[in-house]
Amino acid sequence: MADTLRMDRMPHIWCPGCGIGSEVNSFADAVKRSGIDPKKLVVVSGIGCTGRVAGYVNFDSIHTTHGRAIPVATGVKLANPELTVVVFSGEGDLAGIGGNHLIHAARRNMDLVVICNNNFTYGMTGGQVTPTTPGGASASTTPYGNYEYPFSLPFLADAAGATYIARWTSMHSRNVTQSIEEALLRKGFSFIEIISPCPTLYLRRNRLGDGVDQLQNYQDNSILKHGADTRETAIDYQGKIVIGKFVEKNKPTYLEASDKCSIKLVGDDYQLYGKTIPEREAEEKAEKERIAARRAAMAAAEAQEQAVAAKPRKTSAPAAKKAAAAPRAAKKAATKAKAKPAVKKAPAKKAAPKAPAKAAKKAAPKATAKTKAAPKKTRK
Amino acid sequence: MKTVTADPKGVDSGPHFMDGDHALAEGALAAGCRFFAGYPITPSTETAERFAERAPEVGAMFIQMEDELASIAALIGGAWGGQKCMTVTCGPGFSLMTENLGLACMTETPMVIANVQRGGPSTGLPTLTAQQDMMQARYGPHGDNMIIALCPDSPQECFDLTVEAFNLSEFYRVPVIILTDETVGHMHEKVVIPPADQIKVVPRNNYNGPKEDCRPYKFDSQGGHPMVRAGDGYNFHITGLTHNEKGYPAMTAEQSKVVVTHLMEKINGNADKIIRLDEDQIDGADVVVVSYGITSRIAVKAIQDARKEGIKVGSLRLITIWPFCEKRIRELAPKVKAFVVPEINYGQMVKEVERCAGGRKVISVNHCGGAVHDPQVILDAIRKAIQ
Repeated sequence: MADTLRMDRMPHIWCPGCGIGSEVNSFADAVKRSGIDPKKLVVVSGIGCTGRVAGYVNFDSIHTTHGRAIPVATGVKLANPELTVVVFSGEGDLAGIGGNHLIHAARRNMDLVVICNNNFTYGMTGGQVTPTTPGGASASTTPYGNYEYPFSLPFLADAAGATYIARWTSMHSRNVTQSIEEALLRKGFSFIEIISPCPTLYLRRNRLGDGVDQLQNYQDNSILKHGADTRETAIDYQGKIVIGKFVEKNKPTYLEASDKCSIKLVGDDYQLYGKTIPEREAEEKAEKERIAARRAAMAAAEAQEQAVAAKPRKTSAPAAKKAAAAPRAAKKAATKAKAKPAVKKAPAKKAAPKAPAKAAKKAAPKATAKTKAAPKKTRK
Repeated sequence: MKTVTADPKGVDSGPHFMDGDHALAEGALAAGCRFFAGYPITPSTETAERFAERAPEVGAMFIQMEDELASIAALIGGAWGGQKCMTVTCGPGFSLMTENLGLACMTETPMVIANVQRGGPSTGLPTLTAQQDMMQARYGPHGDNMIIALCPDSPQECFDLTVEAFNLSEFYRVPVIILTDETVGHMHEKVVIPPADQIKVVPRNNYNGPKEDCRPYKFDSQGGHPMVRAGDGYNFHITGLTHNEKGYPAMTAEQSKVVVTHLMEKINGNADKIIRLDEDQIDGADVVVVSYGITSRIAVKAIQDARKEGIKVGSLRLITIWPFCEKRIRELAPKVKAFVVPEINYGQMVKEVERCAGGRKVISVNHCGGAVHDPQVILDAIRKAIQ
């Protein structure tokens, strides 16, 4: 992780239990797994707690004004189409003050990856209501409960034309990693929403416990539904959260459409910044091959690592059962596509904490029912 | 300033009959600008239209953004992405742009913004002329910051000063604002675009040294420091927060002093090198007419008429508006009886003249916009000045 973070800027400002740290972790992991050239990656953030991400990641990074991360990122991408440009910011920044830029970048199918940390609150300024705060939730500027209608961000992004839309929670860090990895490797406007806890403000104010309690809530209330109709992704206060990859489709990006139009006008010798379309395509192809080679090398290394990890266990008698299963997993990892291990691992990991979670659940429903009841009062 | 000759691809050499707005676009292309992001607003739109039309053949990128907030934001991204960038607007759009104009000043991002002024406040006079945004250009963004502003008086100067604006912007790494107006913007005149090898441009200076020595900033109150380009492997960080030379946030009173002093002094301290003035018959003059932009061309008639009456009148035309030529006004003040300052606003630059006039009489010839002055009004002020 040290090479993807600016260690000279640690410690970071995020509170214990905040979801942003694990998102950055997933992001760093995704960059590595994707095989893209980190030199060609630019991270742009706006203002707020999530806006500080740009300051901690060890890539070219720009910390912009409030709400303007997407247009700055648009400028970077259009000035040098070779770059992979990621916007990492909060929902207040992206859907509140920057809402107009969000929908227009989606409309243009601008080649950007937008990662939106949605914690239902303006954290940096002390817990005010945001465009996604669920009805009834208390915020410092809605002290008697929020009576506005919130945005469902996947629905908004879908309506605006985004070509990749996923939503996860902080509980689903492996899925977050996988979605970011997919987004980094595709063209077009990708929008990834991550529902995340703000223990210091949103959770405390609404008496929802700490970060771990909220992760439990995500575990209990998340409904995995790939390809879900985004009209059905609204989030009620502490209610069900539809998660998954909702949209993945192809259509020409802004740059592709602009190229097509210009070549019609100027002819085959059309150049952007001194490069013809075939020249740029050749560069892109070469970069894709380099990415594929890096990914293949990583997959091979991973498989070898698993095989090595499996061997000493074979010799130790008590772990015989596990050892028998391990080589099979290693073989699968080596032969199957690179994205697959992440999928395979996700349920495996989930399975592990399931037992204690189930045990806790027996007590938990009552607890969550209690917390649910409290804000209902304020709604009346 | 190290210069090279212009890339011929962007230079449409030869005589043209074009308006000021189109000349702005041609000046940008000649200066090597290859990225334009803008939003339509009269009377500046023609610049964007011309750039959009010319972009494919020059190999430049044009994008119409969703608003002016986004337009200037895209320039910041474009500049760090490696391109010379431009946008145009007028008052209402410029108000929105002041947000990221501040970020551009703070992050020392080169860019050129043309404000083709129309009458205000608010929606005001679409689309009649004014020079009401002189102070907004200087003091628009919150916090202490300093920009360079140039003021063309003709379509030819729109071309020439746009090239100069890019050169200053690249060297000092500062937004340069071209404060033109509706009259110059929409006036068609002869514009001669020189051959590419006669146009001097300051090329983008990208850092290419060792990674460990890479600093996006150097707070020495000077220009000439290289940019760092995204994708070159330096992992730069830039922020609107008060920062150190590495670009990392450093929010202390001590660092604020370092940064703010640098931002102010890299322009003010080099004012002598930056400022360009056009003077006529200043020596021995009793009255000096200080004017700029379209108003200076109206003033010419009044000055000629006054000279016919035997009044010794000199003309001082401000080509550079900001930094203000306070040294020159202070030099002239003891030698003249009065300054006359005509401008199409309620009296903005006149306050700068008053500040430096050492108690000499300063006569404001203001105008609330919508038209240029009647030369007679300026002549009357000149007569009053010698009484």
